[in-house]
Amino acid sequence: MTTRHTLTLNDTVYETTLTRKYAHRKPFVPKDPKRLTAVIPGLILDLLVKPGDQVRCGQGLLVLEAMKMQNHIAAHDAGTIQALHVAPGDTVTKGQLLVEFQ
Amino acid sequence: MSLPKKMKDHAVKHAEATEPHPEAARKQAAQGKLLARERITAILDLESFHEYDLFVEHKCSDFGMEKKQLPGDGVITGTGTILGHPVAIFAQDFTVAGGSLGLAHARKITKIMDHAIKLGIPLIGINDSGGARIQEGVNSLAGYGEIFYRNTLASGVIPQISIILGPCAGGAVYSPALTDFVFVVDKISKMFITGPEVIKTVLGEEISMEDLGGARVQAELSGNAHFYAQSEAECFEQVKRLVTYIPWNNRKKADAFSPIPPRTQLGLERIIPAESNRPYDVRDVLRAVCDGSDFMEVQALWAANIVVGFARMNGRTVGMVANQPMVLAGVLDVDSSDKAARFIRFCDAFNIPLVTFVDLPGYLPGVDQEHAGVIRHGAKLLYAYSEASVPKITVILRKAYGGGYIAMCSRHLGADFVFAWPCAEIAVMGPEGAANIIFKGEIAAAADPEAFRREKVKEYTEKFASPYVAAANGHVDAVIAPHQTRDFLLHALEISEDKSEQRPARKHGVPPF
Repeated sequence: MTTRHTLTLNDTVYETTLTRKYAHRKPFVPKDPKRLTAVIPGLILDLLVKPGDQVRCGQGLLVLEAMKMQNHIAAHDAGTIQALHVAPGDTVTKGQLLVEFQ
Repeated sequence: MSLPKKMKDHAVKHAEATEPHPEAARKQAAQGKLLARERITAILDLESFHEYDLFVEHKCSDFGMEKKQLPGDGVITGTGTILGHPVAIFAQDFTVAGGSLGLAHARKITKIMDHAIKLGIPLIGINDSGGARIQEGVNSLAGYGEIFYRNTLASGVIPQISIILGPCAGGAVYSPALTDFVFVVDKISKMFITGPEVIKTVLGEEISMEDLGGARVQAELSGNAHFYAQSEAECFEQVKRLVTYIPWNNRKKADAFSPIPPRTQLGLERIIPAESNRPYDVRDVLRAVCDGSDFMEVQALWAANIVVGFARMNGRTVGMVANQPMVLAGVLDVDSSDKAARFIRFCDAFNIPLVTFVDLPGYLPGVDQEHAGVIRHGAKLLYAYSEASVPKITVILRKAYGGGYIAMCSRHLGADFVFAWPCAEIAVMGPEGAANIIFKGEIAAAADPEAFRREKVKEYTEKFASPYVAAANGHVDAVIAPHQTRDFLLHALEISEDKSEQRPARKHGVPPF
C-alpha cells in the first residue's frame, strides 16, 4: 500500500502520493564559505598551506588525486587557514571536510 | 489641424509615451538598474534603434484597468544594429506597471519575433518584469504561450539571446530557457519558477532570492545562464562580442574577419605536463591555436570540467569543445555532457564548424551520477556529435579512454578529421585497469604479484597507451606535433568549407532529452 500524503500548492491542499525521489530529497543547506569540502573522492597527496596562512582567491591549498589526476584544490576566496582536516595519504570521500577558514 | 500643428501634437504624444515616470525611474536607478530605453541604446549602435508600436494600448477593462494608461504597454520593441549586425530587440520596462505582461505587451513581442524570423535576423530580449498582469487573467497566459511558441519556431532558424535584467519568474522564465544564450548580471538577475515564499510555505525551507535564483546560482549551479557579468555595462559588451561570432540566421555563415595569428606562441609543447596525471588549463591550448588567441567561453562557470565557446580560425567562426583537466580531472558527467551537447547543437544549426580537443580519463563514477541519469545525459553528447553535419575536427591531446574516447567526436561519430598529438593515449581503458583485468589470473599466480602487475602495466602502457594503434587502424588520420596543430586545423577547415552530408529524411530525431 502506498501511503497518502498531502502537498500544499497555490493555497490548496492536495491528497497525493509522493515519488521516492521527492520523499528522500535533502533539504537545502546553505554552503558554509568557511568550510572547504571534497567535490570528488580521492587521495590527499600534498598540503600546500598550513594553519594561520593567509591565502588569496584561487591559491592552491592541497593536491587531491582522483580520476588519475593530481587535482589542485584552490581557495574560493581570500582568507586565513584555521585548520587542515586531512593529511597526505588520507583517502577522502565526496563532501568530506578538508580545510576550515577563519 | 495643419501639419506643423499635428507634428507638435505628435511630439507631445511621443514624449508622454517615452518619458519615464520620475518616481519609478528613481526606484530603478536605486537598484543599480538602467531604464529599458537606456539599455537598448547601450547595446545597439549609435542612433540605429528604430522603435515600433510605441502607441499600442491594452484593451483590458477589468479591475479598473480601463483608467490605467500604460505607455507602450510596458515593453519597447524595434530593430537596430550591433557593430553593423542587424537585430530585432525588445526590452520590458519595469517602470511601467512593473513590466507586467498583458496581451498587448505580449503581442508587441510576438510581432517583433515574427519580423525577426521572416527577416532572418537575431532576436534579443531584455527581461525585467514582475510577471503576468494578473488583471488580464488568462489573456496574459495566452501572451506567454504565444511567445514560447515563437521561441520554439525560431529555434535553429535565428539566434535568440535573452538578457535577464531584473526579475524573470514563474512561467515567464521559460521564454529565456527556450532561447540560445541567457545573460545574467550579479545582484540584478533573478530567475526561478517558484519563489522563496512559495518554497517556504510548501516545504518549510528558507532560502534567499539570491541563493535560490540569483545570477551566480544560474551561471554556476543550474546551468540556466550562459554568460555572467558584474554590471549591465559588462553584460552588454559580452552581448556585442557574441553577436560578432554568430550568423544572422541558419542560411548564412557567421561574418568573416581578417585572419590574425595567435597573439603569442604560447609554447604548445610546454602546456601539457609530461606526466599524464598532472592538470593544466586546456584553454591555453585553445588560445594558442585560434586567431588572436581570442576565445569567447560559453557557460564558463557551470560544469567547468568541459570548456565550450567560440573562436576564429583564419577569420571564420568555429565552436570549440575541450575537456578541462584542471577541473574534476576533465571527466564527462551529467552536467558537462548536457552543456557540450547543447553547444554542439547550436553550432550545427548555425553552420559553425566544430573543433574538439580531447583529454579525459572517462566518466565520473558515483552513485549520485548514476541516479541523476548520467546514462541519458551522457547520451545527449553522443547524439549531438553524431547528428552534427557541420565540419567536425578532433584533436586528441592526451588521454582518450573508453566511452569518453568515443563520445568526444571520434571518427566513429562522424568526425571528418581526427588528429592526435604524440603524447596521446587512445585505448579501451587506462593501463592499470586493463592490466589488472587481462592478466588477473597470471598476477594472482605470480611469485611476486605486485612486481608482475607493474611489469604488465608497463607492457600495456608501451604497447597501447599511444596514438599509434588507433592510427594503424585509421581511427586517427595523422599524428601531429603540437606546433603543427593550427596548420592542420586551418587546412582541414578550409577544405571542409563546402562539406555536405545527406541524411535519411525524417521529421526530426528523438534526442534523449
